[in-house]
Amino acid sequence: MATITPLFAPEQGTISANKEAASASLESLLAIRFFEEAVDGLFARGLMHGTMHLSIGQEAVATGVCAALRKTDYITSTHRGHSHCIAKGADLTRMMAELLAKQTGYCRGRGGSMHIADVETGNLGANGIVAGGIPIAAGAALAQKMQGRDNVVVSFFGDGATNEGAFHEALNLAAVWDLPVVFVCENNKYGMSFSTTKSMKVEKISERAAAYGLPGVTVDGNDVDAVFEVAKEAVERARVGGGPTLIECLTYRHKGHSKSDKNLYRTKEEIEFWKTKDPVGIFETRVIESGQLTAEEVEQLTQKVRDAVRLAIQEATQAPDSDPAELLSSVFRQVS
Amino acid sequence: MTERIITYAEAIREAIGQAMEADESVFMLGEDIGVYGGAFGVSGDLYHRFGEERVRDTPISELGIVGAAVGAALVGMKPIVEIQFSDFTAQAMDQIVNQAAKIHFMLGGELSVPMVLRAPSGSGTGAAAQHSQSLESWFAHVPGLKVVLPSSPADAKGLLLSALDDPNPVIVLEHKLLYKTSGHVPEEMYRTPIGVSNVVRNGTDLTIVATGVMVSRSVEAAEQLASAGIEACVIDVRTLSPLDMDPINASIAETGRLMLVQEAPKHVGFMAEVAARVSEGPAIYSLTEPVLRLCGMDVPIPYAPQLEKSVVPQLDDIVEGAKNLVRGV
Ligand SMILES: Cc1ncc(C[n+]2csc(CCOP(=O)(O)OP(=O)(O)O)c2C)c(N)n1
Ligand SMILES: [Mg+2]
Repeated sequence: MATITPLFAPEQGTISANKEAASASLESLLAIRFFEEAVDGLFARGLMHGTMHLSIGQEAVATGVCAALRKTDYITSTHRGHSHCIAKGADLTRMMAELLAKQTGYCRGRGGSMHIADVETGNLGANGIVAGGIPIAAGAALAQKMQGRDNVVVSFFGDGATNEGAFHEALNLAAVWDLPVVFVCENNKYGMSFSTTKSMKVEKISERAAAYGLPGVTVDGNDVDAVFEVAKEAVERARVGGGPTLIECLTYRHKGHSKSDKNLYRTKEEIEFWKTKDPVGIFETRVIESGQLTAEEVEQLTQKVRDAVRLAIQEATQAPDSDPAELLSSVFRQVS
Repeated sequence: MTERIITYAEAIREAIGQAMEADESVFMLGEDIGVYGGAFGVSGDLYHRFGEERVRDTPISELGIVGAAVGAALVGMKPIVEIQFSDFTAQAMDQIVNQAAKIHFMLGGELSVPMVLRAPSGSGTGAAAQHSQSLESWFAHVPGLKVVLPSSPADAKGLLLSALDDPNPVIVLEHKLLYKTSGHVPEEMYRTPIGVSNVVRNGTDLTIVATGVMVSRSVEAAEQLASAGIEACVIDVRTLSPLDMDPINASIAETGRLMLVQEAPKHVGFMAEVAARVSEGPAIYSLTEPVLRLCGMDVPIPYAPQLEKSVVPQLDDIVEGAKNLVRGV
C-alpha cells in the first residue's frame, strides 16, 4: 500500500484557504506528477511495456474536481487516466503493479494504463475508446436516480472526445433525464495532433452545452481552486436533482500524446509557455504566499509523496507476474 | 534486376502516393494522418506532398468520416479512409455495414461506393483489449464488402491498388506487427488481384492456411518443420471476401492434412468458413486427419506481455500443431 491523504472539500471557502484541504490537494498534485514521472522513467528504461498517456501538466483538473466529490460518487475516466485514478483515491502500489503487468494490479495485468481503475473508490474505468465513458457516466447517473441515491457521476474526457457522437448523445440524454452527472472536459488544445482550432468551429467547448439545454462553463484548468469552485457548484446542483453541467477546463499536456509522439504539430515555444503555467507550481506558490503552508511543510509533503511513489515501485516490482492460467475463466462472471 | 527492399508501411504509402498522382479523385481522410504522419507512420510525408485538402486530417469522429467517405464515393471521388485502429470501426459500423455495403444493391445497382477503408489490426503491441482486436470476420460476414488482409509489403501495395480500382467498398486490414517488416516491392503500379489466394510455399505433407501476421509465422514454422523432415504447403488467403478455395482444395488433394491458423478468436472465426467449405466439397475425401484449427483464444486481448502472447498462436504452437497433425497424435 502506498496511499496519500484523500481529497476533501472544506466546509466553506476554497481549497487554498484551508490548511488541511490545501495540504491534501498538494499531495494529490504531487502524487500524480511523481507517479507519472516515475512511469515515464520506467518506460524509457524498457521496464514498462505498451504505451502510456501522461497527464503531466493537467494535474489540477482531476484534483480540483475530485476534491468536490465524495468517496461514493463515481467517475468515468479516459486513456489519460492516471490523474483521475489517483485523485479519486487509488493505491499507488496497485496502480504501479497494473502498469508493471502484475497479478496484484487493479486489473490483474489485463488492462494496463489505458484501463486502470480502482472500483472501490468509485472509478468505473479508464477507457481506450475516445468518448466511450461519457454515455456510461450518464447511465450510472440514471441508475443513481432510479435507485433513489444521491451519488453524483463525473465523466472526464478530452477536447477531442467532444467531436464524437457519443458525447452529443450522452449530453442530450443527461439533459432530458435531468441526470446527476457532471461532464468534465480536459481541453488540452489537442486531440492527439489535431488542434481544437481545426477540429471545431466553436470558440469554447462549453458552448456546446447550450445545444442540449444544460449549463456550460469554462475555467482555468491549471488552477485547483478555480476548478474546485465550478465543480463544487455543479456537483451540488446535480446532487439535489438540478441536472447535468458541462465544465471545460483549459489545460495543457507537457508530454507528447503517447509514447510515439514526435511533437511535430506544436512549437517548443508553446510547450515552454505552458510550462510557466504549471499547475503544481502555481498551487505551491499560492499556499505558501497565503500562509496556509510553510515552505518547510511543502518540502515535507513533497518528500512524503516521493517516498510513497518509491514504495509503490518497490512493492509492485516484488509482486508476482499476472497469470495466464486464469484467462479463459475470466471472460464472464460466474453465473450463480 | 536488383531487389528493391522497402517496408510494409512504405509500400502502402507508395501505393497511395502513386494513386493520388494518377487520379485526382483519390484522397485520404483520417485522424492524425497530416503533420503527425499517421499513428503508425503510414501516411508519412503524403501531407507535405499533396496538401491538406487531399490528405485530410479529421476530428475524432469515425462515424462521420466514414459517412463522408461514402457520400464522396457516391458522387465521383475515391476516398481512402484511415481508421486509426481497426477497433474503432465499431464507431463507424452503421456507415460501413448499413450504408457502404448495401447502397449498390439496395438502389438497384444505380450507385456504387468505391471507397477503401484501411485500418491497423491485431495484437502484439501491449495496447490491450480495445486496441488489439482482429475483427475481419465481422466484415467478411456482410455481403457487399470486400475484405483484404495483406501479409507482405508487396501484397500491401498490390492489393491496395486493386482495392482502389474496385468500384465497391474494400476493407483493408493491415497488421500492426507488419508495418516495419520489409520485402521486395516493385516500383511500378502493379496490381495484386482481389479474390486470389496465394501459395506462399509448396509442400506435400500438410496444408497450412493462414491470414495476416500468421502467414509469415507459418512460413517460419514451415522452415523449422522442413528440418524435421516435414514439408508444409503454406497458403495465404489474402482476401477473405471474395474467398478463393481453389489452391486450398488442390493442396489438400496432395497433402491430406489441413491446418488453419488465425490470430482472431476461434469461435465463429474466419477459418471456420474455410473448414466448412472444405467439408462441403470433394476435398473432404482427401483428408486423412481431422482439420486442425489453431486460433486466438476466445478472450479479449490482455495487456501483460506474457498474457498477450499466451492468447494468440505463436511460432512454437504452429510447429507443434503441424507435427502432431502429421504424426496423427
Ligand atoms: C474512438 C477512438 N478514436 C480514436 C482513438 C485514438 N486516440 C486515442 S486518444 C486520441 C486523442 C484524444 O484526444 P482528447 O479527447 O482531446 O484527449 P487527450 O488525449 O488530449 O487527453 C485519439 C485520437 C481512440 N482511442 N478511440
Ligand atoms: Mg485533448
